Amino acid sequence: MLLLKRRTPGEALFDAGNVLGMLVICFITIYPIWYVLVNAFNEGQDAMRGGIYWWPRLFSLDSFRAVFNNPGIMKAMGVTVAKTVVGTVLHVFFTAMVAYAFSRQELIGRKVYMLLGIITMIFSGGLIPYYLLIRDLHLLDSFLVYIIPAMFNFFDLIIFLAFFREIPSGLVEAAKIDGANDFGIFVRVIIPVSMPVIATIALFHGVYQWNDYFTGIIYINNMDLQPIQTFLYRVIAQSSSNLMMAAMPGGIQKSVTSQSIKLATMVVTTLPIVLVYPFLQKYFVKGMMIGSIKG
Amino acid sequence: MSADLSYELSAKQQQPVSRKVRALKLVRKLAGQRYLQVMALLGVAWMIIFNYIPMYSVIIAFKEYNIIHSVHEAKWVGLEHFREFLDDDELPGVIWNTVGMSLIKLVVAFPLPIIFALFLNELRSLQLKKLVQTISYLPHFLSWVILGGILTTWLADVGIINHLLMALGIIHEPISYLAEPSYFWSIVITSDIWKELGWSAIIYLAAIAGVSPEMYEAATIDGAGRFQKMWFVTLPSISGTITILFILAVSGILNSNFDQILVLRNSLNESASNVIDVYVYQTGIVSSRYSYSAAVGLIKSVIALVLLLGANQVSKKLNDTSLF
Repeated sequence: MLLLKRRTPGEALFDAGNVLGMLVICFITIYPIWYVLVNAFNEGQDAMRGGIYWWPRLFSLDSFRAVFNNPGIMKAMGVTVAKTVVGTVLHVFFTAMVAYAFSRQELIGRKVYMLLGIITMIFSGGLIPYYLLIRDLHLLDSFLVYIIPAMFNFFDLIIFLAFFREIPSGLVEAAKIDGANDFGIFVRVIIPVSMPVIATIALFHGVYQWNDYFTGIIYINNMDLQPIQTFLYRVIAQSSSNLMMAAMPGGIQKSVTSQSIKLATMVVTTLPIVLVYPFLQKYFVKGMMIGSIKG
Repeated sequence: MSADLSYELSAKQQQPVSRKVRALKLVRKLAGQRYLQVMALLGVAWMIIFNYIPMYSVIIAFKEYNIIHSVHEAKWVGLEHFREFLDDDELPGVIWNTVGMSLIKLVVAFPLPIIFALFLNELRSLQLKKLVQTISYLPHFLSWVILGGILTTWLADVGIINHLLMALGIIHEPISYLAEPSYFWSIVITSDIWKELGWSAIIYLAAIAGVSPEMYEAATIDGAGRFQKMWFVTLPSISGTITILFILAVSGILNSNFDQILVLRNSLNESASNVIDVYVYQTGIVSSRYSYSAAVGLIKSVIALVLLLGANQVSKKLNDTSLF
């Protein structure tokens, strides 16, 4: 006990250095995000002059007003919210359902099913055959392209499996004696006791859906169906800021620039994730660990 | 003799019966788990459609596929597309960019989360540890589009990097970093480390949490300092996890971070940013050369598979740790 408590000067130096190093890493991590935030809340023309590092110089909400008044941006935002909510609910339900069936030892063909899944993790047809499949299924330019191909994921299934293995089998037996069928057991017994793992997978998939811009670039031509990330990609990577200005309603305030609208859109797009994730952190860390142990 | 015969006869008569009984039992068992089977088969059906049909369609790499014909009807051309790729002038650059960036990532970016996790674990204050974790995970949850936006803002002519370097007198003219091929790799690798450092450390932290405290106590009694404990206790204890992740990283050498590169690339930095994934996307989706592009993709998948199995085998021989 004493040995552990007493700190030598060398130990104290180590601790101080370690804390300092960690604080530096935190600063480097958070500052670029902070920089975008304060610049987005600054008046657009003034922000162009640069030199805003810690706090807005001329505080203004005009850029955010312009974002919320822009029909193009708001439509893209609506698509993103819809695909995130619908996609996540379906993904979690479907993947968990298949995982539950795969987790039952008596399932005939279980080993074959698992093998089929494991093969998908180490080999795939690649982008082009996948694109042709999506085209042949008539999912091009359809909202369903965000949902159906993302309904299932074998990695997530493994995380579910690890969790289901820990559920006492007596729970399932009792429900069986009460006359429930396996689907009923899944919905009424398994789902309620699996909330921690469901929260984990829901967060992972929700973030994927929210952040995915590639699906929008490659499978969607109809601008009404593009998600906000694809919209931003077109603005940022192809530097077509006129895309943003063109989508502006007439009589826009002079203080707003395409750059300030870009920053405000980035903030609006990111805020939901930044607000949600600290609350779900304890779940997903546990989930990651379950997944990694099985790995 | 007659006894033997009768024994054989009865065996012959019995066998079909017992087989029938077994089949009946199986059918009854299947019927008993019909809900379970439907639930499982829905998943299998999804995998067949979205994983196995594309695996089958990869045969278009050996065919002359066009929109008029189906994958089945298209004419066989053998290895023509593969030969064409090997003759392509762009090939050396594409391979160089893909493998070069991956190898640097393997050497520079792979050890950093391990070091970060080791030092994070040494923090005495639990609250500080939680705070550092929460902050360091954050960038993982931002999309590459947002990070692309942040980077273009920072690296712009009037951006903070140029501002800072000019104020310090290191440069006299602003540099357009994203328009210079020579800066592209550094930007990609640095921003990747920035985004994933904290998140990648989670797995190592989980492994470290599993190390028995008695080992540290024993080391303390033996007079080991903090660095010695890290080096002789913690690191060997998590070497299994490190190996597994290293195998996966090796198999991903031909995988560029497609999402990231697509956001950061432009026509000016093309000579440094053209990687296999971008090349496949450009020739296949943008220029509609499906067969050719599928062939390039297939080469990539096969090499990745060989790398995975090879790294797995080597690690099995060397230290008994493997994925399979």
